[in-house]
Amino acid sequence: MKVLMTEYLRIDLDTENWECRVCDHVINSARGNYKEGLLVYNRDPADIHPHVIDPEKYKFTFCPDKDWVNILEYYCPSCGTQIEVENTLPNHEPLYDMEVDVDALKEQWSHREEITEATKGPDVLGEVERHRHRH
Amino acid sequence: MNDKLSAEAVLEDKELVAKFLKETTLFLGPDPEIMKSHDIMPITDYEAESVKKFTDPHQMASIRDRMQSACDESYEMLEQMGAAPGAKWGDVITGIYSASGDLTIGSAGGVLIFSVLVHHPIKFIIKNWINEPTVGLRQGDGFIHNDSRYGNVHNTDQSMIMPIFHEGELVCWVASTVHEGENGAIEPGGMPSMAESPFDEGLKMSPFRVVENYELKKDLLTFLQNSVREPKLQYEDMKVKLFACMRLEKRIREVLAIDGPQALTACLRSTNDNVMAEVRRRIKEWPDMTVRTYCTMDSTLRENALIKLNCILTKKGDRLIFDLRGSSPEITNRAINTALPGCKGMMSQAFLNHIWPDLPRGQAGFAPIEVVTPPCSIVDGSVNAPNSQSLMSIFLSFTIAQQAAAKFLYSVPVKYTRVVAPWFNMICTYIWGGVSQHGEMLGNLCADLNGMGGGARMDLDGEHALAPIFASMADIGEQEMNEEDVPFLQLVSKKMTRNTQAPGKYRGGMGYTQMVATKDSDQWGFMTTCVGSKVPPLSGLFGGYAPGAYPLCKVTGVDVYEEMLKNPEKFKHSIEETMNERPYEDANYTSHHMGMGFSISKRGELYMISQGSGGGYGDPLERDPALAIKDIEENLTTRDWVRKLYKVEFDDETLIVDEAATKKLRDAYREQRKKQGVPYAEFIKKHVKDVPPKDIPFYGSWNSDLSFVYAGSNDDKRDPNNPGAVYFEHPKDVEIRKLEEELEEVRKASGIEAKDKRT
Repeated sequence: MKVLMTEYLRIDLDTENWECRVCDHVINSARGNYKEGLLVYNRDPADIHPHVIDPEKYKFTFCPDKDWVNILEYYCPSCGTQIEVENTLPNHEPLYDMEVDVDALKEQWSHREEITEATKGPDVLGEVERHRHRH
Repeated sequence: MNDKLSAEAVLEDKELVAKFLKETTLFLGPDPEIMKSHDIMPITDYEAESVKKFTDPHQMASIRDRMQSACDESYEMLEQMGAAPGAKWGDVITGIYSASGDLTIGSAGGVLIFSVLVHHPIKFIIKNWINEPTVGLRQGDGFIHNDSRYGNVHNTDQSMIMPIFHEGELVCWVASTVHEGENGAIEPGGMPSMAESPFDEGLKMSPFRVVENYELKKDLLTFLQNSVREPKLQYEDMKVKLFACMRLEKRIREVLAIDGPQALTACLRSTNDNVMAEVRRRIKEWPDMTVRTYCTMDSTLRENALIKLNCILTKKGDRLIFDLRGSSPEITNRAINTALPGCKGMMSQAFLNHIWPDLPRGQAGFAPIEVVTPPCSIVDGSVNAPNSQSLMSIFLSFTIAQQAAAKFLYSVPVKYTRVVAPWFNMICTYIWGGVSQHGEMLGNLCADLNGMGGGARMDLDGEHALAPIFASMADIGEQEMNEEDVPFLQLVSKKMTRNTQAPGKYRGGMGYTQMVATKDSDQWGFMTTCVGSKVPPLSGLFGGYAPGAYPLCKVTGVDVYEEMLKNPEKFKHSIEETMNERPYEDANYTSHHMGMGFSISKRGELYMISQGSGGGYGDPLERDPALAIKDIEENLTTRDWVRKLYKVEFDDETLIVDEAATKKLRDAYREQRKKQGVPYAEFIKKHVKDVPPKDIPFYGSWNSDLSFVYAGSNDDKRDPNNPGAVYFEHPKDVEIRKLEEELEEVRKASGIEAKDKRT
C-alpha cells in the first residue's frame, strides 16, 4: 500500500520508501529526510519575484533581499518535478521538515483502504453551483 | 502528641501567612495561572449534575442554535452601531462563556481570537473580584478590559464583560469586543510601533467595573474619555458594547425561561466537552509525524533585523504539540512581542478558520492542543515587554501553525477544508491620526488590513485580497464613506499590484495597491506596520513559492492635488510607473521598509503600499496555461513573467497558447533543473554554516541547535530559558553615529578640523 503524503510525495509502506508521485522514482528511505534524495538549487529571488521598481534607484523593490533570504528549490532527480520550495536564512541548514513515524503510519493505514487521488474536503463550490441551478 | 501539636502549629502559621498575604496584597498583576492556560476549566459539581440530567441532543442543539443566533444578532448590533472604523468592517465579536469563564459560542462573523482570549479577564474577575468586598459581582454589572497582559491581543481592543445571573446564581457570562483603534498611546490609532515599554501603549485596563445596574458609571467614563484622543468614540462604543451584552442577556433569559438554568449549563459544558473529544478524534486521524518549520520577521518596525519564530509540531496518537523553543528572545524595547495568549489565540485561528471551520467557534477547538514556548521570548513575552504591535509575532504564529499543519493534512482521508498554502499575513494598511477636516482629533486605521491575499489551494488559485487571517468573514469597508470623516484620499485603491503573485501550479491570491495623500488638514499623519520588505514572512506549499517582498514608497516635495489640476496626465495609477517614471520632476522618490513610525504628511505627498499575495501551491510548470493567460488578461502578470515563471508559449497578439511549444519548453526546463540542481549532501557541504551571517543582526536559534539563542550578534548567545533583556538603540542614534563616522573620515581626508573638538 502507498500513502499520499504531499502533492508530489508518497510513502510505499511495503518497501518503506519515499517515492515521486509523478515518475514513481524511489527517492530514499521513508525513515529519513526525503530531501536527502533530491536535487537542490539555490534560486536567485529576482528570478521569481521581479524588481517592480528599479533596483538601481531603490533599496526596497518588491524583490526579497538575497543577502537575507535564500530560496531553495528541490527537484526529483528523475523527472525534474519541483517537489518543494524552502525559503531559508542564508547559510541555515535546510529543515528536516517531515519526520514520519513509519511504524505508526503502517498501523494507521492497516485499517484504511488505499487512496490513489488525494481527498479534497467538502465540495463547497459544487454546492454553490448546484444551488444556483435549482433556481 | 507533641509532633501533632507542632504540625498543627505549622499549619496554623501557614494559614496565617496566607491570610496575611491575601489581605495585604499590594498589586494584582496578570495571574500566570490564568494566563498560561488555554484549557477548559475542570468540571464543577453543578455542571456534572446538569450534564447527567440533560442528555437529549435535540434540546442541547436547540439551545446551542439559539445562543449562536444571539451571538450573531449582537454581532450585527456591534457592526451596525459601533463608531470605530473596526466595528464597521467586522473587527468585532460577541461570545457566551460558561460560569467558569470558558468561551463556548462566538458569533459566526468577526474576529474569533478576541472572544477566545476574553476568557482570561473573565477568570481574573472570578478569581479576584467576586469575593472582594470592595468590588463583588451583581446582576447588571459590566466590566471593561483592554490590557493584553490580562488577556486579548493588544490594547487597541476593548471588551465589555457581563455576568448573567438567574435567581441570584451566576449561570454564565457574555462579552463583546471591538477593535476600537484609539487608546491614548504615544502614537494615534492604538497600535504604536514606537512603544519602548508597556507604559507607552496607552490605556492599561485590567478588568474593572464600569457598569452598574446596566448603566455606565459617568465618573469612570469621563476618566477614560480624557485618556484617549477620541472621547466621543470611547463613549459611543462603550454604550454599544454594553447594549450588545444586554441583548445577549435577553436571549439567554429566553433560554432560561424555556429550558431552565441546568439545561443551559448542560449545553455549555457538553458543547465544550464534545468539541474537545472531536478534536482529539480528528488529530488521531493525522499521521504520527514531526514537522519542522520557521518564519522570520525582517524588522522590529524600527529597524531591519532577522527575528526567528521556530516551530516543531509533533503529532502522536491524539496529542498535537507545538514546540516553539528556539524562537527569538523578546525584544525588550520594541513593540513586536506578544503575550502568550495572543500567540495561542492566533494558532487557534488557523485551526478554527482554515482547518476545522465546521466546529463551534469556541475555546474548545484549540484546548486539547499543547503549546510549549520559551519564557521571555518573542512568542511568550514578559509583562515588561511592550506588545502593542504583537500582530507582527502573532501573525507569524498563525503562519507557522498553518505551514506545519498543511504537511499533516494532505494524507488524511477525511478533510474539512482544502489543503491550503499559507495566507498572506501582514496588515498592509495605513494607521492614521491627527486633526480632521472637521476639526476633530482622530486616531484609527483603514480597513484595508482585511484585504490579505488568500493562499493557493490544492485545486484552485488563491482568492485576491479575500480576508484577514484573523477573521473569515470581514469587510474592507467603503473608502468613500471613510473619506467623509478623514482628510485624505485613497487616490488608487483596490487595484491589484502587478507581478507580485506567489507563483505555483496554483498561484496565491494577490494584494492591491493603496496610494494615499493628505488633502484637507495640516495636522495629519500616517503609520505603516508590517514586516516583509526584505524577507517574505510566509512560505509556499509543495513546490509553490512564497510571495515577494512589499515596501513602502513615498513621493515627497510635491502636491499631487495641485499637479492634477495643472498636469493631470502626470498622475500614474501604479507604484511601478510612479517610482520608475518619476513624473514629478522636482519631487523626491524613496523606498522604505514597512515599519514607518507616525509621520506628519504634507498636502499632496504620496504614500504607496501594497497588500501581499498568499503562498503558491505546487510546481509552476504544472500550471494550466489557460490560467496563466487569464492572469495576463486580468493584468495580474506581464507576458514576459508568464513566460519566465510558467514556461508558457503563446501568441502575443491573440494570447492563444501554443500547446506543443509549451510542452517542449517545460520538458526542456525539467531537464535544465536536473542539471542545475546539486545532490543534497553536496549542497549542504557548501551552503550550511555553523553561525549566522555576521553582518545581519539575527535573533533565535541557528540550525537545529536549541541549546542557546542568538541575540543580535554571533558573540551574543543567550540561555533560552533565561535570555535576559535585549535592547535596540534608537535608529536615529545609529544613523547619527554612522554619519559622524563618515564625516570624520571626510574631515581626515580633506584636512578639515572640527570646529568644536571637545567631547
